[in-house]
Amino acid sequence: MQVKFSNKGNILIVRLIGELDHHASDYVRRKIDGEMIKPTTKNIIFDLSNLSFMDSSGIGIIMGRYRAISRINGQIAVACSNAQILKLLEMSGISKVIQIFSDADKAVKSMLGVTKK
Amino acid sequence: MMAKDNGTASAGKKKPINEMTLIFPALSRNESFARVVAASFISQLDPSIEELADVRTAVSEAVTNAIIHGYEDKAGNIKMICLLYDDSVEITVIDEGKGIENIELARQPLYTSKPDMERSGMGFTVMETFMDEVKVESEVGKGTKVTMLKYFKSLKDKERRAKNDK
Repeated sequence: MQVKFSNKGNILIVRLIGELDHHASDYVRRKIDGEMIKPTTKNIIFDLSNLSFMDSSGIGIIMGRYRAISRINGQIAVACSNAQILKLLEMSGISKVIQIFSDADKAVKSMLGVTKK
Repeated sequence: MMAKDNGTASAGKKKPINEMTLIFPALSRNESFARVVAASFISQLDPSIEELADVRTAVSEAVTNAIIHGYEDKAGNIKMICLLYDDSVEITVIDEGKGIENIELARQPLYTSKPDMERSGMGFTVMETFMDEVKVESEVGKGTKVTMLKYFKSLKDKERRAKNDK
């Protein structure tokens, strides 16, 4: 499991690579929270494009960050095109509160308000 | 006290064409091992990629539950039994951990007995969504047995297509 970070303005882009299950979740949570406390972070994009597997542990991680970011009036978006993970996001209700994009670029553009709706 | 829910996993009706039992310690690093083993075992039926992903996800949830809730991260063994039928698979995940007091409550979406762990409480809901039948049996102090059934509908579709081609 790998976690990679990049920044676009006040957006923290979290790229997850590998398989996100309960075993990987502690490490992933620690890495993200270490990066989130930086004052430059207001919004988060979870880029799941390189995730080959995710179970409900991933839902727990995304929802936990969603609650934290909502407290500072930030936004969260998810980039994902994997059918299994999309099914999970759908059934968990995450897709009702968090916008899902097919790739990270689209999520960034939308969050920066570049694209016209 | 033996607690049972009204699940209807239809075990034992037919004779399996293949079967496999795996016993492994309740270590979180075995979550991926268990789902890879289950997926490769059912691959001999040639199910669709989506069906394979469904089974991997459900096995991951069941094994994670056994580790976190059954054994509460203490030592113990998990047994996974896979019975393969010509059109389906039945996977049973058994732990000898603390057991579930209220199965109905545990199966509720978003319910978690460990809110401090930031679990989503979606484990059983994921199993129910990704599999066709889920049966939970548990005895406090004895352990929990989760039996999941998955029909491979893609195989039926393939058969139908083959017939139509004739």
